Amino acid sequence: MFDPYRIREDFPILKRKVNGQPLIYFDNAATSQKPKQVIEAIKNFYENHNANVHRAVHTLSQEASELYEEAHEEVANFISAKGMEEIVFVRGTTEAINLVAYAWGLRSLKKGDEVLVTLMEHHSNIVPWEILSKINGFTIRYAEVNSDGTLNYESLESLISNKTKIVCISHVSNVSGVINDIKRVAKLAHERHALMLVDGAQSVPHLPIDVKDLDVDFLAFSGHKMLGPTGIGVLYGKRDILEEIAPFQGGGEMIRDVSYNKGAGSCSITWNELPWKFEAGTPNVCGGVGLMEAVKYLRKLGMEDVKAHECELTEYAMRRMQECEKVRVYGPKDASIKCGIIPFNVDGLSSHDVALLLDSYGIMIRSGFHCAQPLHQVFKLQSSARVSFYIYNTREEVDRFIDVLKEIEQV
Amino acid sequence: MVSIEDYVARVEETCGEEKAFIVIFKYDKREHVVSRVLERAKLEKSISNIIFELTFKGVSLRLYGTGKAIFRNLKDKGELNSILSELLL
Repeated sequence: MFDPYRIREDFPILKRKVNGQPLIYFDNAATSQKPKQVIEAIKNFYENHNANVHRAVHTLSQEASELYEEAHEEVANFISAKGMEEIVFVRGTTEAINLVAYAWGLRSLKKGDEVLVTLMEHHSNIVPWEILSKINGFTIRYAEVNSDGTLNYESLESLISNKTKIVCISHVSNVSGVINDIKRVAKLAHERHALMLVDGAQSVPHLPIDVKDLDVDFLAFSGHKMLGPTGIGVLYGKRDILEEIAPFQGGGEMIRDVSYNKGAGSCSITWNELPWKFEAGTPNVCGGVGLMEAVKYLRKLGMEDVKAHECELTEYAMRRMQECEKVRVYGPKDASIKCGIIPFNVDGLSSHDVALLLDSYGIMIRSGFHCAQPLHQVFKLQSSARVSFYIYNTREEVDRFIDVLKEIEQV
Repeated sequence: MVSIEDYVARVEETCGEEKAFIVIFKYDKREHVVSRVLERAKLEKSISNIIFELTFKGVSLRLYGTGKAIFRNLKDKGELNSILSELLL
């Protein structure tokens, strides 16, 4: 049975105090805390197995290589990919999206082509395409968002055409928590022979994910938002598409053969097999091991139960926030169509004031644009405060948050 | 010689139209900073000795007992440093 109180025992940081108050960590959309199982796996790797991977025949290298490959397998199973060939380890969601932009987009997109994104995207799913469009001369189309933060599917559908080469969309908004209907969008994209890239930074840690069922071509997500360490993330890609794309970065590990041809005065290069073709240089081996342990932890909890817990907590928090006269909550009122993210403001205070005030009570939340300025323009907001929940958050923490919000209202 | 770096741990600049600087003072200097800023700036409002709404030479700032402050409507970091120097040194 899913028990957040028992889960909390696995998270050493939740025992500390901040500004003399018990820590309440409500900034999980930015990064999650780490259970002792992940911390221990990282420690164990460096104490017992540390070596470079795929480079040496000695015992430590074999152990490190096996662990690193097992990590790819574990992640593949977690998102129901066909195999580890479809799992490329990167630094995080941002690098995964940039990998697609530069490995595929730089060679494939040209003047007259269109890339379709939405106004609810994190900057990491806007800026790489904007940079590339200045190089290749293609056009970026922005699907609209409704005033409640939900995606305007009519707008999106009207913008998909035969010119559209890729649709890039977040699965869950990092500002409103709205869950987008990825299967619906993927179907629309594929009907027009466009690829489908999904930013899964806010969905993979919180929802059951089956990439075959969603039928996405690429899925990008970060390890640190799902109990893993920072500096490790994933690009899932359909095998046949990854096979066709040339590498993003060159170096060691990603090649099978580099042969100098004296007559031509150049080297002929054969790429390594997937996924190593896209993992140039010494990878973040320990990060992969930490991510594997995080994935095992989440699998043990059950992603359906993770989703249900966060939905219940979000519904409770949104209901209780209505008790606060000066608190304005943005996004849809129906918690069942969103993940555990609630954007809000308090009348008369900036979001940063709210965050600093809550901080003085030991409550950690986010303030600002959350790297999604266009969506704040849709909401007509200068900025917003944001609470975001995870597996270890409880109703009692929400109650404390509401009590403090009521005090803050008096400011 | 004492400088503002002796008191300031970090400065965060907010993005977007609502420009502000959030200054995080060094933990071990926070009590000293709070009392000195309260001496030198004009107190407009205080809430439970946790938050202090202040003005100093036309600049509005909000100081927190936890050793953090928000400075608003400043041109740039140079102006922030100049204000911090006058407030702290």
